[in-house]
Amino acid sequence: MTQFALDVNDRKQIVDAEPEMPLLWVLRDLLNLTGTKYGCGIGLCGACTVHIDGVATRSCQTPLGATAGKRIVTIEGLAANGLHPVQQAWIAQQVPQCGYCQPGQIMSAAALLSQQQRPGDADIDEAMAGNLCRCGTYFRIREAIHQATEKMHS
Amino acid sequence: MSTRPSPAPVKSGIAISRRAFVATSAAAGGALIVGLTLHSRLHHPTSGASQDPFNAWIRIHPDGQTQLVLNKSEMGQGVFTALPMILAEEAEIDFSRIAIVQADNADGTGGSGSVWEGYKPLRQAGAQVREVMIAAAARRWRVPTAQCRARNSQVLHPPSGRLLSYASLVEDARQLPLPDPNTVPLKDPKEFTLLGRSIPHLDIPDKVKGTARFGLDVRLPGMVYAVVAQCPYFRGDLVRFDATKAKAIPGVLEVFDIPTDPNAANKNAREIAVVAVNTWAAIQGRNALVIEWKPGQYHDESTESLTAQIRAALDAQEYWNSTNTNLNPDTVPSAKRIESVYEFPLLAHASMEPMNITIRLEGGRCEIWSPTQDGGGTQESAAKYLGIDKRNVTVHVTFIGGGFGRRFGSPFDHQGLQIARRIQRPVQLVWTREDDFTHDRYRPACMHRLRGGIDQEGNIVSWTDRIADTSIIGQRDPRQAQSYELGGALDQPYPAQYFRLSYVPVESGVTRGAWRGVEIQFNLLAVECFIDELAHLAGQDPYLFRRRLLENAATHPTARRSNFDGTLADPTRMIQMLDLVTEKAGWGKHLGPHRGRGISCFFSKTTYLAQVAEVTVKDGNLHVDRVITVVDPGRVINMNGIRAQIEGAVLMGLSATLKERITVKNGMIQQQNFNSYDLLRMPDAPQLETYLVEGGRPPGGIGEPPLALIGPSVGNAIFAATGKRLRKLPFQLDEVSA
Repeated sequence: MTQFALDVNDRKQIVDAEPEMPLLWVLRDLLNLTGTKYGCGIGLCGACTVHIDGVATRSCQTPLGATAGKRIVTIEGLAANGLHPVQQAWIAQQVPQCGYCQPGQIMSAAALLSQQQRPGDADIDEAMAGNLCRCGTYFRIREAIHQATEKMHS
Repeated sequence: MSTRPSPAPVKSGIAISRRAFVATSAAAGGALIVGLTLHSRLHHPTSGASQDPFNAWIRIHPDGQTQLVLNKSEMGQGVFTALPMILAEEAEIDFSRIAIVQADNADGTGGSGSVWEGYKPLRQAGAQVREVMIAAAARRWRVPTAQCRARNSQVLHPPSGRLLSYASLVEDARQLPLPDPNTVPLKDPKEFTLLGRSIPHLDIPDKVKGTARFGLDVRLPGMVYAVVAQCPYFRGDLVRFDATKAKAIPGVLEVFDIPTDPNAANKNAREIAVVAVNTWAAIQGRNALVIEWKPGQYHDESTESLTAQIRAALDAQEYWNSTNTNLNPDTVPSAKRIESVYEFPLLAHASMEPMNITIRLEGGRCEIWSPTQDGGGTQESAAKYLGIDKRNVTVHVTFIGGGFGRRFGSPFDHQGLQIARRIQRPVQLVWTREDDFTHDRYRPACMHRLRGGIDQEGNIVSWTDRIADTSIIGQRDPRQAQSYELGGALDQPYPAQYFRLSYVPVESGVTRGAWRGVEIQFNLLAVECFIDELAHLAGQDPYLFRRRLLENAATHPTARRSNFDGTLADPTRMIQMLDLVTEKAGWGKHLGPHRGRGISCFFSKTTYLAQVAEVTVKDGNLHVDRVITVVDPGRVINMNGIRAQIEGAVLMGLSATLKERITVKNGMIQQQNFNSYDLLRMPDAPQLETYLVEGGRPPGGIGEPPLALIGPSVGNAIFAATGKRLRKLPFQLDEVSA
């Protein structure tokens, strides 16, 4: 076991763990940040998506040892106060059904909007293709991303 | 209004029997309590022993707080919003005041039944509330009840302008007899003000913030984490294992073998539990195990052998049939005839939240947190396994990360209980995604062989449908093997002079179970694609062909075939649905090269549906561009929720149509994760246009029926675009060139 210092949601966290332990399990089992979800463990479903230095990243594929000095943001810390425009759009468009994949969807969408001012449908397809939704909320996700875009520019 | 899912225990929600009603009502802090019974989709043999006829309760407190205690599971289908809407409408309760309380041990959520079957009992209970409040106010004012009206959690007396809140009437109302639910007057639907509106789902804010607690998110003091190593072979067993390396993994606490669930297919076998301080360590421990597994009786089974068995069943002695003739329809003369075989694979549920259960055994009591569609079943089996009274078992139903028929406890309940008993600490059992893919209860594999003959006008002279599948019910009760497999095929609405449907169940080592819509996904595809084939055989437009056949059914009613639930489609209503969907889709307008439209229609669970899909097939790529769906679900409860269910069902159905297939080799499931079992993703999602038209009927089922149309709509559209008829699922693009 090694001691690691993490910067999660603008708070310094100290954990004792193996360096190869995926960030996903550090967040969920050690730090009790259960908003980040386990879906597949191989980086193919996107449920575990967090931001590392602003980039949408699969936390199940990110070893703890690779996070030193990096700024990690989870769904719990996406908005400093209240709700991020993407979260607001998700509520306005009534996106979630079961809701399990949605923290990952929201983190991917928020990263897209931080990098692209006005993503088109093709940009959305590319940015969101890594996030699975079994309930089939894709249609509303697309609408919500467009709505959040409008809101961030108005 | 708020939702409060478990794990917060609900002590007062338990066991309020009719006999004990008055006393319990007083004990519950002076609330008015009205019990009701919501139908369960499952029947537990021992549940009948309960003296309590109710499983849901309305509680109105003297401070105005109103709670609906629900024995249903919220898995994204919106019941935590739709069901209180029905109550609020009928009881004249201010909707914003209702809080949902998840009942412990809630059981039997599935089969599209919550609104469909809860509508009447919720209205009756709501009317009891309304009428007892009016009676209490009328007594207080000494006026006839007929002069009083209820609205917005208040009783009004218009002649004098007086009003009293429900809260202030609770004390009086508790002293009055409740009206009989079977005779209490119900509101005229013309006076509904809430039902049919688009109401935001009450669970969505928490799901967007990441604070909604799913089963896998339960955290208890002192909790440890477990995974199990399960035999990869159907009905195989553990021979030996070496845990030396596993125990050396940092964080691993214990490794031991446990007997398999006696209710599972591989009963009397053993598997291995790994317990650790966190999930990752448990998974690492399992990876480090050296295990020798022994194949079981199905060690030779493969997709090829299963396909051969099902194909052979197309010509085997029939097991069950439904027919309107003593003749073999295939021998009846007709102008033209065709035969087609449609083939469907096993499917996995792939719910996004992997299977899990969290258990705490303490002081002779058992507490369970489970994302389950059947908390009552888990309660029963836990009590039985632990040898304790079921009153000492509490199942807190959490939010469910995708149900679809997957969330029925066996065998992870049994595994979790054994681990908890052995280690004497709170434990969360986690199935990894690989466990879920390899140990699911799969949607059956199936084939349809359809033979049809038409006359010169294109009327169906003969229709012969042979269905062979790996039956679900047949796994336990071979005599009833057909009872779960025929929806959408037996009750298809097109008149045939000579009709015969026959069924043959096929044996397999693969465990099968309910999957959203179950049989309708394959049955409707076969029927609605074959009708398309007959239309083209007759040289007629597929929409007009259907329309004409349904007109014949409406004007010359012959002996109609219903599915086992006894409901029959009204052909005239189905025609209206087809007319509307073709109008919305611009049916008949030129689409351009490489593109095509396909149509389908369906009646299921008293809901009418019709759909048109537009596809582009170009350079070996298929894209579904636009899907127009019209639905008459009877009365709409929550417009927002019903649209979400339709959109979601269409996309899940499209996923099955284009992507999904479980395969078998050497008596094992081959798919382990999303790298070999991909689902529909964002770039594949079409534009969805959904239109609701309310018929004057009570609400029908909505969670499943819309899933079935997209397969035939897309199959028929591919034919329109390419002239190629695909009959094997998932549709393989390399079979098409355009």
